[in-house]
Amino acid sequence: MIISVASGKGGTGKTLVATSLALSLKDSHKVMLLDCDVEEPNDHILMKPKITSSEPVLIPVPKVDETKCTYCGKCAEVCAYHAIAVLGNHVLAFPQLCHGCGACSYLCPEKAISEEGREIGIIETGQSDGMAFVHGKLTVGEAMAPPVIRRVKQQASNEGAVIIDVPPGTSCPVVEAIKDSDFCLLVTEPTPFGLNDLILAVETVRQLGIPCGVVLNRAGVGDVGVEEYCRKENIPILLTIPLDTEIARLYSRGTTLVEGMPEWKERFVALCEGVREIANERVSRIKR
Amino acid sequence: MRELVVLSGKGGTGKTSIVGSLAALAQSKVLADCDVDAADLHLLLGPSVKEDNEFWSGQVAVIDENKCTQCGLCQDVCRFHAISDFKVDLISCEGCGFCFHICPVEAVTMKENLAGHWFISDTRYGPLVHAKLGIAQENSGKLVALVRQQARELAEKHKAAYVIVDGPPGIGCPVISSLSGANLALLVTEPTLSGIHDLERVLGVCQHFGVQPLVCINKYDINEENSHRIESYCLNHEVRVAGEIPFDNVVTASIVRGVPVVEYSNGKVSREIERMWRTLSAMLKDGGNG
Repeated sequence: MIISVASGKGGTGKTLVATSLALSLKDSHKVMLLDCDVEEPNDHILMKPKITSSEPVLIPVPKVDETKCTYCGKCAEVCAYHAIAVLGNHVLAFPQLCHGCGACSYLCPEKAISEEGREIGIIETGQSDGMAFVHGKLTVGEAMAPPVIRRVKQQASNEGAVIIDVPPGTSCPVVEAIKDSDFCLLVTEPTPFGLNDLILAVETVRQLGIPCGVVLNRAGVGDVGVEEYCRKENIPILLTIPLDTEIARLYSRGTTLVEGMPEWKERFVALCEGVREIANERVSRIKR
Repeated sequence: MRELVVLSGKGGTGKTSIVGSLAALAQSKVLADCDVDAADLHLLLGPSVKEDNEFWSGQVAVIDENKCTQCGLCQDVCRFHAISDFKVDLISCEGCGFCFHICPVEAVTMKENLAGHWFISDTRYGPLVHAKLGIAQENSGKLVALVRQQARELAEKHKAAYVIVDGPPGIGCPVISSLSGANLALLVTEPTLSGIHDLERVLGVCQHFGVQPLVCINKYDINEENSHRIESYCLNHEVRVAGEIPFDNVVTASIVRGVPVVEYSNGKVSREIERMWRTLSAMLKDGGNG
């Protein structure tokens, strides 16, 4: 079962929820935690994993053999990203713009284009407290997060519980991180900002056909907008975490909630049960 | 005209609350919300939309099933795994057109993609350029570039002194697009280990693109030891700390009310943001890039 933890708005508590959920399940399940927020990965700060392997993430970019090239311009014509240009008797490649689709090398009539890997980040794999841990890191200055996210997700095991920490927002990196999940937890806070971005996140998961539920963090401040919206849209609020300076302090020091306040463990176990029920009910409904 | 972009690396550190307050404090400015996939600045500024424009960007492949012979070539070559059962998954399609070029029976066409909307609005603080990226769309970087371009043109037209940009979280494509060529970057962080880690990465992006950074430590008193770590990190890297804002529920209350915190309260938070704006405006006048 793959559970992704997303939010729309940043800083609502995705990392807090993902790490404590993973830790709460590890006694009863085989658990794997994947940090797909490759622009700003934070799970390792709380989980302190022992990293056992590190691999570069490469995307294939064109390499032109000018001894074969006739400067016909076919590569530039087919490239949708303007990542390769032919100017007179020169071929210029712009690797930063290349998405690695492979069209130019395949379609070059002279077979003058091969591909070489360009590193845009790394993935690191390890163990933390008996669970498998994987995260990706986009290289500073690089723009394209989705290929790094794809590589992190390729490490997911087919059994047990896989928890995915998703980047904020609703665009391509988020879609890459949450697609193929069995359930998506949306972490939000009870403010107009939290509500506005929750609505966008709900639209995103609905577009992908993934069932969702809400974790309401920092409850006690703000307003009732999020709760009213969830009631109206029939979205379950599966866990409520109060605004509590002690919880904020634990997080600031890099301590997970269930380690700092062990009474939270059973609430996270119950959260997972709630998720499982909804996901199972949905599967049986689809079968019928 | 000088451009200030507010970034953070980590999300939820207070970028939008601070930009909303700077909107109220700065005299002559155009505002731009470049967090195009989760825009919130409009919730503080109460814009009335004057112009609603479509944002067309990129293409997606469509297979004509009447022409398709189900040879499967397109599925074999697509590296984004966007084609299965001879249908294109529009969410996975990156619009590269490989399938279009390779189809032996010309069953694939490329269709222009409506990726979002962008708006020019009036607010009681001046013009705002903002946008809404379509759900699950790509090309947020291009939409960000467009929003900034429009904001700069408006600023030229109105002879505004500043463009103030509310940026997205992270360090990837929309952040690079928000940052490149700006005069000054204000990086809002918080004294958590995550906040520090993410600040270091976004400082790296500023360095990479040659934009001078300043740091604001928000909620500095939730962990003063970590705040001191940020201060000494900044000192060692010759980055100025322009503001240290205390934690106060008044910020949340102002968001609920839908007004910038400097107009909601005259407590410590507001006074510190005012002090920070004096530093920022002096820096924009005399320093920064360009």
